[in-house]
Amino acid sequence: MSWYLRRHPRVFIGGGLVAFLILVAVFAPWIARYDPTLVNVSQSLEPPGPDHWFGTDDLGRDVFARTVYGSRISLSVGLIAVGIGFFTGVSIGLFAGYVGGLVDLLAMRAIDALLAFPALILAISITAAFQKPELWHAMVAIGVVAVPLYTRLTRGQVLSVRERDFVLAARTIGAPPSRIVLRHIFPNITNPLVVQATLSIAFAILAEATLSFLGFGAQPPTPTWGADINYSQRWLSNLKWWMSVGPGLGIFLAVFAFNFFGDALRDALDPRLRRSGT
Amino acid sequence: MTQYIARRLLLMLPVALLVTIVVFVLLRLSPGDPLVIYAGEERDPVALAALRVEYGLDRSMPEQYVSWITHALQGDLGRSLRTRQPVLESIVERLPATLELGIAALLLSVTIAMVVGTLSAVRRNSPLDLLATGFTLAGVSLPNFFLGLLLILVLSLAIRIFPPGGYTALREDVWENVRHLILPAITLATASMAVNMRQVRSSLLETFGQDYMRTARAKGLRETTVVVRHALKNALIPVVTIVGLQVGAIIEGAIITEQIFSWPGIGKLAVDSINGRDYPVVQAVVLVSALSFMASTLIVDVLYAWLDPRISYSGQRS
Repeated sequence: MSWYLRRHPRVFIGGGLVAFLILVAVFAPWIARYDPTLVNVSQSLEPPGPDHWFGTDDLGRDVFARTVYGSRISLSVGLIAVGIGFFTGVSIGLFAGYVGGLVDLLAMRAIDALLAFPALILAISITAAFQKPELWHAMVAIGVVAVPLYTRLTRGQVLSVRERDFVLAARTIGAPPSRIVLRHIFPNITNPLVVQATLSIAFAILAEATLSFLGFGAQPPTPTWGADINYSQRWLSNLKWWMSVGPGLGIFLAVFAFNFFGDALRDALDPRLRRSGT
Repeated sequence: MTQYIARRLLLMLPVALLVTIVVFVLLRLSPGDPLVIYAGEERDPVALAALRVEYGLDRSMPEQYVSWITHALQGDLGRSLRTRQPVLESIVERLPATLELGIAALLLSVTIAMVVGTLSAVRRNSPLDLLATGFTLAGVSLPNFFLGLLLILVLSLAIRIFPPGGYTALREDVWENVRHLILPAITLATASMAVNMRQVRSSLLETFGQDYMRTARAKGLRETTVVVRHALKNALIPVVTIVGLQVGAIIEGAIITEQIFSWPGIGKLAVDSINGRDYPVVQAVVLVSALSFMASTLIVDVLYAWLDPRISYSGQRS
């Protein structure tokens, strides 16, 4: 453990930041002193101070409480959206890569079509296909956007592993394809998938914030970072800066933590990067 | 090379067809009758039926798709439900503003990334390198809508150097155009600048370890010549890929920035149309952005082959 810590300190720093975010989300009711949706007009637009660390918005809601509770939405969207993308993409990639032939060709053309869309435009189009914007629509949209990435990554890894000796040996003793894929191939391709999943959570958090900012995510009064920044715009000309700084820092910290952790994991798990030192 | 381009174009056709199907189906899946949204529930049913026939909404989905794609291939992307303006006309009207913003942001991003990325690699582990590395991590993590608001807050509202939003056409007033352009361009450029800076630095560091660099130094060339003529030229190949893809994603990047700065481009048109459920416009914008993204991927691949003689797409070494 101490050897690993000395050799890969960035993994521990990144992991620490991610763990901190998770703790904030889990213990939000104990960390925030106010209800994030509690309206108290008598305390509206108060600047940061001892009572309200990040100030209050025009409805007197505590910005710190909304920022802390916002982490719950962001992290759950990040995890669920990446879960959707991971499960779907890896399943298609495993199937297409192992079976090959026409199945592979058709699956890859469909994935190419999804890849042809810029990510944000595809996510917005998917959320627009639903009549009313809701949080789970954003989760599905971000998950779908992530599918091609996992499919291509998994397929490429399967192609390189499926001709290896241990797979041939399993095939020779008559192991069924599902067992070969799940017990022999999948465990050997997890490293790049784990790295990609960590980096994708950063993307998903940013994408959710963007969709919420544009009004396609969770709806008021749910505390979400993107929507709160959008809401703060109307008070910007009065220089009520604190309404946007709390949620902005929340997004920044969350995206930074997962990006940093993902990068560190990639360096630690990829021996080629370890050697080049870049 | 010509054969390769022709093959890629042929392969792009089925993908482009799939893209049009995805665009069409996605928006038609949306519940609710767009005409009722615009005409209102109390609208005369006869008039509503006439409008439905005019927009082809009375036909089956496959028929609607065939009609839409046939017209689209002839340059007719339909009419806006909100303004009744031809969609192509409204896109062409807004394209210059989006292109201006996108090109300005790319120039800013590439220029600064090249200079700082190179200095950062040459002076590895120096304070400048650490600062640049910090910027690259922060740059990709900072949401551009938050950065845009911070810039407006500080440089438009507190110090009042730049206008907080709006647009003046280049032909009307060059100075005003530039003043309005600076903040949106910085907002749009920051994330890509961080990515490009990181790519320039890591590509250069990789190139520094190559044998031809040692040879160049052994010949007694000046360090500047070694870096610019030998290292940078080779290190730029992966940078070209990323920048090429950024060109293709101009519309995507502009969506948020145009919204914050009330910049009258395609990105703002897209968001306004989605909020207003103006499907013909949304379909057209999504289609144009996907096709331009595909075209830029092809151009990047061709440029790649042209820049790096070791890459041969016929399967043989050239």
